Amino acid sequence: MLKYLIRRLAATALVITLVSMSVFVIFAYLPMDPARLTCGKACTPNIIEANRHRLGLDVPVQVQYGRFVKGLVVGRHYGEGVASFECPAPAFGYSFNKHACVSTLIADAFPVTFSLAIGAFILWLLLGVSLGVIAAKRQGKWQDKASTAFVLVGISLPTFISGILILLLALKFKLFDPIEMGRWVSPFTDPIGWARNFIFPWITLALAFAATYTRFTRSNVLETASEDYIRTARAKGLSEKVILRKHTLRAALAPIITIAGLDFAGLLGGAIITENIFNLPGLGRLSIRAVLVDYDLPVILTTTLLAAVFVVVMNLVVDILYAYIDPRVRVA
Amino acid sequence: MSQPFLEVKNLTVSFPTEDGLVRASNDISFTVARGETLAVVGESGSGKSVTSLAVMGLHDRRSAQISGQAILHLENGPIDTISAPVDVVRKLRGKSMAMIFQDPMSALHPYYTIGDQISEAWRLYNDGDKKAGIKRATEMLDLVGIPGAAKRVLEYPHQFSGGMRQRVMIAMALVNNPSLLIADEPTTALDVTVQSQILELLKNMQKEFNMAVILITHDLGVVAEVADRVSVMYAGKIVEQAGIDDIYYQPDHPYTIGLLNSIPRVDQLEGRRLIAIPGQPPSLISLPAGCSFRSRCSFASQVPNNLCASAVPDLDEKIGGHFSRCHLTEEQLKKARVSTGAQL
Amino acid sequence: MTEPILKLEGLKKYFESTSGGIFNKKKGIVKAVDGIDLEIMPGETVGLVGESGCGKTTVGRTVLKLYEPTEGTITFNGQDITHLSAHEMKPLRAQMQMIFQDPYASLNPRHTVGTLIGATFEIQGITPEGGVKHEVERLMERVGLNPEHVNRYPHEFSGGQRQRIGVARAIALKPKLIVADEPVSALDVSIQAQVVNLLDDLQEEFNLSYLFVAHDLSVVQHISDRVVVMYLGKIMEDANKHDLFRAPRHPYTKALLSAVPVPDPKKSRTREKIILQGDLPSPMNPPAGCVFNTRCWKVQEQCRVEVPPLIQIGNGHRLACHFPEPA
Repeated sequence: MLKYLIRRLAATALVITLVSMSVFVIFAYLPMDPARLTCGKACTPNIIEANRHRLGLDVPVQVQYGRFVKGLVVGRHYGEGVASFECPAPAFGYSFNKHACVSTLIADAFPVTFSLAIGAFILWLLLGVSLGVIAAKRQGKWQDKASTAFVLVGISLPTFISGILILLLALKFKLFDPIEMGRWVSPFTDPIGWARNFIFPWITLALAFAATYTRFTRSNVLETASEDYIRTARAKGLSEKVILRKHTLRAALAPIITIAGLDFAGLLGGAIITENIFNLPGLGRLSIRAVLVDYDLPVILTTTLLAAVFVVVMNLVVDILYAYIDPRVRVA
Repeated sequence: MSQPFLEVKNLTVSFPTEDGLVRASNDISFTVARGETLAVVGESGSGKSVTSLAVMGLHDRRSAQISGQAILHLENGPIDTISAPVDVVRKLRGKSMAMIFQDPMSALHPYYTIGDQISEAWRLYNDGDKKAGIKRATEMLDLVGIPGAAKRVLEYPHQFSGGMRQRVMIAMALVNNPSLLIADEPTTALDVTVQSQILELLKNMQKEFNMAVILITHDLGVVAEVADRVSVMYAGKIVEQAGIDDIYYQPDHPYTIGLLNSIPRVDQLEGRRLIAIPGQPPSLISLPAGCSFRSRCSFASQVPNNLCASAVPDLDEKIGGHFSRCHLTEEQLKKARVSTGAQL
Repeated sequence: MTEPILKLEGLKKYFESTSGGIFNKKKGIVKAVDGIDLEIMPGETVGLVGESGCGKTTVGRTVLKLYEPTEGTITFNGQDITHLSAHEMKPLRAQMQMIFQDPYASLNPRHTVGTLIGATFEIQGITPEGGVKHEVERLMERVGLNPEHVNRYPHEFSGGQRQRIGVARAIALKPKLIVADEPVSALDVSIQAQVVNLLDDLQEEFNLSYLFVAHDLSVVQHISDRVVVMYLGKIMEDANKHDLFRAPRHPYTKALLSAVPVPDPKKSRTREKIILQGDLPSPMNPPAGCVFNTRCWKVQEQCRVEVPPLIQIGNGHRLACHFPEPA
């Protein structure tokens, strides 16, 4: 098991490095001039060139990448003299738009996205798995058919519609103060307020995902229930409840963990639409604004890289988890 | 013969399907005593497994219609597993009656250790913590002849070979000293040298625990090795039932005669032509009127008034202790045995 | 002196098995077939028996070049086919055919029986006299199927009937050699006899040679002229049916035969039973010396270090054992 872990960690590190390089190269060869984008209307070629130098964009790509990596570790110093600024480690870059180190922006946005992701995750898992189990146990009956209807609705409704609908409903029934929308409070200082801000975004996201998980759980449970080892468990005299909990679910839910982990990782990169609808200042809103409004390349570069890293790391976590659950996978 | 432990009376299991009611198991009656092995022989569609699953209460009562009785003569009194409440029957499973199945590869949960699975079976009916359970599991593994039991008890099913897994299944089934063991094709998926090990093990365990054993199989060779009595099933009904020697040396049903004539044998090298039974087993949904075996029977013409086509024969006692569901008389059957030129 | 229709010399087939992740692939080699010498004469049935992992199925498939041999030569009808490409093999395939074990998996469920059998002609570009349709119906009749069912699909037939379709397909081009891989083990007992009898009849009619791969010794005994016993990729014993079943010389053969249950209660009670201890070793890690040494009751030190050679002991009887049983 240890060898497996070490191998996987090394592989993950390699993949992250490759991803960062690719992202970097893509951005280096974009047809847009990042230096040009650093200043607004009152731009002169002199300012552009000065910024280009300050951002270190006037050196070859490899050198840029090298400095980038160094910056991740020790922090980075942009420019010299009066107009210089410092970004502490990890330094992802500097946003001229917001006049802040990208790392600061990320640090502010991440807790929001994380809160959104974790709440939705727990909600959709609970909802999806329970509905799936019920549908499987009552196969063919009305509960099963109702769950199918729910699944269809959930999968077909895109979040920008369901999100807006939920928002409208919440506002109509005054469940929600529009002034408060998007105001971040830390869960440690004001848990109720925190939850209140996130409850509707959570529901929006959870609906979309729960539908898939209901379907998936249902088919997994049905398939597992017909396995020979379930029949053996019954022959031993175990009660149906125990069989479901210890035998059926354990086997049926294992593959769901893989998928759930990856979905969660995807959300960590930012649930763009939901964050926008509910005005949550998370990574999603940060990156979409950077793309559509500000053309803020350092931010875009960083959010892209981070989204990729989350998925890669979660991939590793999920694989290890799966090996822990299913001993047949631990062959090596 | 001692008093029977299991008494099955007129057991019928039917499944409603889109195409009609399928009587998978029809009016089955037999008994098994402790220390005795009854072999239930049949091919696919004969209903041999369905009957035993009904005795164990393993059918889904929502989809299976079961009538008749399956009485276990326990120390505290008899219980009919067909009519008893589901919970009562469940508490008999794994304790008074146990079952092992055909494919040991898939019959064990892949995620739990062998020790955990056997321990679970034991702790269900005995007070004991996890440690005690593992200890008991180790003892059982020793009993069934798995070397290095103390280490192996911590391993997972995929780390065992097919033969070893079947031993594990047997250990798990016997952990609570059941009085009845039903083995459903326990060696069909195993190599022949492993098969003989497992059959030997089953015989020893039967003696050790003084169990009644029902062995379900299609292999007439295996039956000859282990059985005391035999029930031959065809299309859901018992067509012949007798002691082992009677079945093999004086079979009293055209199906049994046909089967014995059609199987090749390692101990008979003379170029004997296999006498195949023509046709195939009938569909249980559209069973023909009269005797289910008629269309494949070479002797139906000997029965007057075309009785085989109109009347289902009863399971009659042709000779003491020997039952056959056939319109032919004992004399006619005797001639039938001889005429097929079989070496019985 | 007739030439053998099939000759295998030193045939080996190894499979690589890899386990592990990206950086540390553990390479294991499964020596499925580890040096086989075998001959089949025209019109002869050679039964190839053994338990799981002995390599018999692999031999069957390698003979037909469904697997490429790792080492050794395959000579078919006097021609060395060992290194022929798929393209070069194609015309030869008309003469060497296979019947598969699983009547449910070996027929394409989307093709009608007529298409399944007729495909053989199409693939080889041969038009039989009277046309494909006529020949297909004739073949169906020959194997005991109703030619009116030519447009039915496999799922409309029973297991035994499907196996007959497989047989019809195999004999369509009048091959010289048929490799039958467990052709009856998936069938009900009462149906097995029908198919075995059919194979017997066809052999007489067409002077076919069979390589009959099976684990069921009773069936093998019935249909074979000669029997070859394999264990962990090697041949233990090879003799004509009579000699092998009446007087086996190899301990494994003896144990195997004594383990086969006989449908005769009196005999069962009295016969000598040799019960082998232990498990089959993994083909990835076969024992040194004689591969059978870990389970042999006669094992001596020599068996653990020296591989016994396969030698002729007279009357076409070959044996690989340092301490054979008495005749």
